[in-house]
Amino acid sequence: MSLTLDGAQADAPVPAPVQGYWGAVFGRLRRDPVALVSGIVLLMILLAALFAPWLAPASPFQTSMLNRLQPIGSPGYPLGSDELGRDVLSRLIHGARLSLLIGVMPVINAFVIGSAIGIVAGFVGGRTNSVIMRVIDVFYAFPAVLLAVALAGALGAGLVNSLLSLTIVFIPPIARVAESVTTQVRSVDYIEAARASGARSLTIIRRHVLGNVLGPIFVYATSLISVSMILASGLSFLGLGARPPMPEWGLMLNTMRDAIYVNPWVAVLPGMMIFTVSICFNMLSDGLRSAMDVKL
Amino acid sequence: MSLAAATSDPAAASQPPLVEISDLTVHFRTPTRQVHAVNGVDLSLERGEVLTILGESGSGKSVTLRTLMRLLPERRSQISGRVSVDGQDVLAMSQRQLTRFRGRTASMIFQEPMLAFDPVYTIGEQIAETVCRHEGVSRREGLARALELFELVRIPSAQRRLANYPHELSGGMSQRAMIALALSCRPKLLLADEPTTALDATVQIQILLLLRDLQRELGMSVIFVTHDMGVANEISDRIAVMYAGRIVESGRVEELIGAPQHPYTQGLMASRASGAQRGQRLEAIPGAPPDLAELPQGCAFAPRCPQASDECLAAVPAARGLSDIHWAACCRLPA
Repeated sequence: MSLTLDGAQADAPVPAPVQGYWGAVFGRLRRDPVALVSGIVLLMILLAALFAPWLAPASPFQTSMLNRLQPIGSPGYPLGSDELGRDVLSRLIHGARLSLLIGVMPVINAFVIGSAIGIVAGFVGGRTNSVIMRVIDVFYAFPAVLLAVALAGALGAGLVNSLLSLTIVFIPPIARVAESVTTQVRSVDYIEAARASGARSLTIIRRHVLGNVLGPIFVYATSLISVSMILASGLSFLGLGARPPMPEWGLMLNTMRDAIYVNPWVAVLPGMMIFTVSICFNMLSDGLRSAMDVKL
Repeated sequence: MSLAAATSDPAAASQPPLVEISDLTVHFRTPTRQVHAVNGVDLSLERGEVLTILGESGSGKSVTLRTLMRLLPERRSQISGRVSVDGQDVLAMSQRQLTRFRGRTASMIFQEPMLAFDPVYTIGEQIAETVCRHEGVSRREGLARALELFELVRIPSAQRRLANYPHELSGGMSQRAMIALALSCRPKLLLADEPTTALDATVQIQILLLLRDLQRELGMSVIFVTHDMGVANEISDRIAVMYAGRIVESGRVEELIGAPQHPYTQGLMASRASGAQRGQRLEAIPGAPPDLAELPQGCAFAPRCPQASDECLAAVPAARGLSDIHWAACCRLPA
């Protein structure tokens, strides 16, 4: 009896590790109160954006000349109304869709493109690296706001163009971080150890370089989301992004700017939303940085 | 243990040597100068033999080791000579052949085991990866082999350790894991680049004994690079002393440690702390190793040698045989 038991134990399959890398990261993130709160706030805003048509009490486009610039808490307008008598709460909820989209999308695009450029430059090194990085430096030399405004202006106003210009703005910093991290990783012992155990260059890039490089780049990219939100709102504010009457926070801030003396609390609401979302992304990115550090 | 190969094959003696290096030179080019890291090394290693390459920093020992696996940066290094391992010409291999050769025929353990593992994967995954790559087995079989290897290198609670990340292991433990990784595909040749330098003294001995046991058990050949004479004495059958990219003396451990013939080897032996009396200054070899970009004429050790004469500066001294295996390259010895 005991013999068969022993045999069974010896043949028992090797169990996989209880939790993977991302499981561990998530577990640590959950124990970080600041990151947890930021994450929950962002999740709520995201859900509100997703379910905007069902959540919003009124249409974001319904104007009412009689109910212009209502203060917060007036009947039918829980967060007041804007200069055309539209419900601000509904516009804020609907505006989350567009604002999040133009805040996050450029960073995601730039993350993909910038990392690819940076990793190639860092891994190949030598002259290729110099050429790529000097070109990147040219873009880097412009202040982000100026570059975004100039590009959006040159491409013409519109949502797609503002997305495009913001993507171009964020590629250089991400490529730069990717390049420096890759250069560091390339010269580390475990890359040579992997070569010594017979790994091909492509395997090394895919497993050992990407695995060690994507984390830091990702954290850096999440910290750019807040900047992107603000820049995107800024473009809309200047009339280069979303066009009226689209509900978008930056644009709302612009159109209600005249009402700031009449109804200051309503007028600053879109700004508060931008501020809240940016700061939450920043906090989450900070939390992610420490959660993704395996050694802590 | 399925890993245990037949030990001390009687036919081994008649087989050709596992490693044959002849007239190997390695130069590194930089934009401003050329570094002569290895200058004409001849070396051979029998199957099942343990050879230690002894030398101070910058003597070319690690470079020789890396050349055996072609790990040097291809663009900046200029390699000439002949290197063959298990009948294959290493310098002529294609990239494809190289990936099959590395890890399978020859594998390597590194000085800093903590840095030689990728920090974002568990140790088990990394060993399994190598096994899967070379033997085309499933991930599960790879992990099963990793467990087997962990038991072979005597890591306690092996099962749990496999799921650890590299930083969760102590130095000695990760060197054991590194050895497990190196042995994962039953290599014929194990190259060890100062594997005990980063460890403390008690752990060093454990690792050395483990390596010696494994070498006998698996019948591998081992080339061990170190600057520690105690280590060389402990583990090897034969020692080759390197200086400025050349082997200056080579012989069986007893011969070389007991009766060193080359002045450099003699100097090394005299500078050991173990032979010194309390309160006395340790003996040291005066001067510093030569700049490898501008090697002196003749014997590279001559400027520091207490017995040097004009003859030494004329030409690089040829090897003088002292017994069937023991030889030294010094003009002062009878040809």
